[in-house]
This record gives sequence, C-alpha cells and structure tokens, in this order.
Amino acid sequence: MTESGLSGFLNMGGYGLYVWGSYGVTLVAMLADWWFARRALKDSLEVQA
Amino acid sequence: MSAQLRWTTFAAPSRFCALAAATTPWLWAACLLLTVAGLYIGFGVAPTDATQGEAYRIIFIHVPAAWMSMVLYCAMAGWAAIGWAFNTRMASMLAHAIAPTGAMFTFVALWTGALWGKPTWGTWWVWDARLTSELILLFLYLGYMALLAAVDDVQRGDKASALLAIVGVVNIPIIYFSVRWWNTLHQGASVSITAAPTMAKTMLLAMLVMTFAFWAYAFAVVFTRARALALQRERDAEWVQALRKVVPT
Repeated sequence: MTESGLSGFLNMGGYGLYVWGSYGVTLVAMLADWWFARRALKDSLEVQA
Repeated sequence: MSAQLRWTTFAAPSRFCALAAATTPWLWAACLLLTVAGLYIGFGVAPTDATQGEAYRIIFIHVPAAWMSMVLYCAMAGWAAIGWAFNTRMASMLAHAIAPTGAMFTFVALWTGALWGKPTWGTWWVWDARLTSELILLFLYLGYMALLAAVDDVQRGDKASALLAIVGVVNIPIIYFSVRWWNTLHQGASVSITAAPTMAKTMLLAMLVMTFAFWAYAFAVVFTRARALALQRERDAEWVQALRKVVPT
C-alpha cells in the first residue's frame, strides 16, 4: 500500500469506497439473512409455549 | 444398518432438528475463525495486484459469493426434487431454507461485481452473458420464494416451487460456461481444476478460506431456518409436543 497506517489501509490505494462498500454491504446482507432466520426460529419456539 | 438407512436417519424432522441444534454453534465458530483467517491473509499477507491495485481485494468476497450462489441453487433444486419425488417433508423444508441464503449470496455477487467493475471496467453494469445469467439466477431465487409464499396449500406449494427450481438448474451451466461460450467482458474462471492457478498463492488461499467461511455460514443459517420451518410445520407432531416440555419459552 502506498500510504502507511490506518488511513492508508482505509484508503485502499484510492479504491476504499469500492472495497469497503463491497465488504460493508456483504456484512449487512449476511447479518440480515441470519437475523431473519433466527427470528423465524424464535417465533416457532414461542408458538410452542 | 445399511448405508441407505443411515442416510435416511436425518430425514425425520425430529432427528434433523436435534442434529442442526447440536452442530450450529460449531458452524458459527468455524465461520468466525475462517473469516478472521481469510481477511487476515487477504488484507495482511496477499500482495497488491500489479494491474488492479488494491481494488482486486473485492475478489475475496465476490468469487466465494458467486460460487455459493450457484452451489446453493443446485442444493436447493436437489432437495426440492427429492422432496417432490419421494414426498420427504424434510427435503422440501431444506430447499425452502436454502432459498433466502442463496438469494442473498447472489445479490452479494452482483453488488460486489458492480463495485469491482466500476474502477476496473469503467462501468457498474453491462449486459454481459455472465452478469445477465447471474441476474437471472437472482430472479429464479426470488421467483421460487414468491411462488412458495403465494400457494396456501403446503404440498402444492412444495411441488410448484420444486418444478421451478428444477427447471432453473439449466441456468447454472450457462453462468459457469458463459465466459467460454460468449465473448464477454467478465474475466475467465478464477480457479480451474484442470489448469494451474494464475494468481499468487496467498491470494488463492485467502479466497479459498473465505469460501469455507461462507460454507460454514450457509450451513449455520440454513440449519437455523430449517429448524424453524420444521417446528412450524410439525407443530402438532408428538416430538414437537415433547419439545414443548423441554423448551418452555
């Protein structure tokens, strides 16, 4: 990487928006998928009670 | 006990739920460890690409997500076909459980592809054979889920959606071979069984570790959703009634 430290890491050689935009949306999508699955399981367990 | 009997052991929703509940924490642990390892190798060890600079690091989620989108579709169609052919309840439920996660990975592959395409191709999107067939895959997942939601009768819904899933499998080889069959803007296969890898070993390692992380994630979420479906559909069964005493939520 051309820049050192955290700012260089976040900048990603000028491609930070593209790289972190990809990882950020992936994280949100995976968390949402997990959250809906977990909520469905919780709802089914509550129905039993 | 024959091999066939062993395979069918977990076809019973009660046994499947017990297996899924026991394995899910381990799958999450594997997912977490593999993700940390994959990101460390991808961002800390793998070198900067000579032509694409740092932008290439999107590959560590783009390619695994694209692979998962295709593999999960095949798994979904396979379970849907088994459920249709043998009328096995758990197989249909597994197919349903896979669909949202498969759609999510397809969306991620398209999104990260667009964000990778802009700095390298100069455009977010082209109606390229690979991109278009992957978009069709997303529509197939959404269509499958919409069809399931639209039919009130569970068995009819299972059969109708299974038919759609099975027909849609024809799109998988089209996605995979699109870069060979047509002159596309998309690059060729990242990894081939028959050819030596064209990328640095650390890049390949990070990509493969992230793929295993996505596998662990997919198993964990699909098992969670399949348990929810089984508990809903089998709510009047004895094993769910027995579970009621064990899990007084």
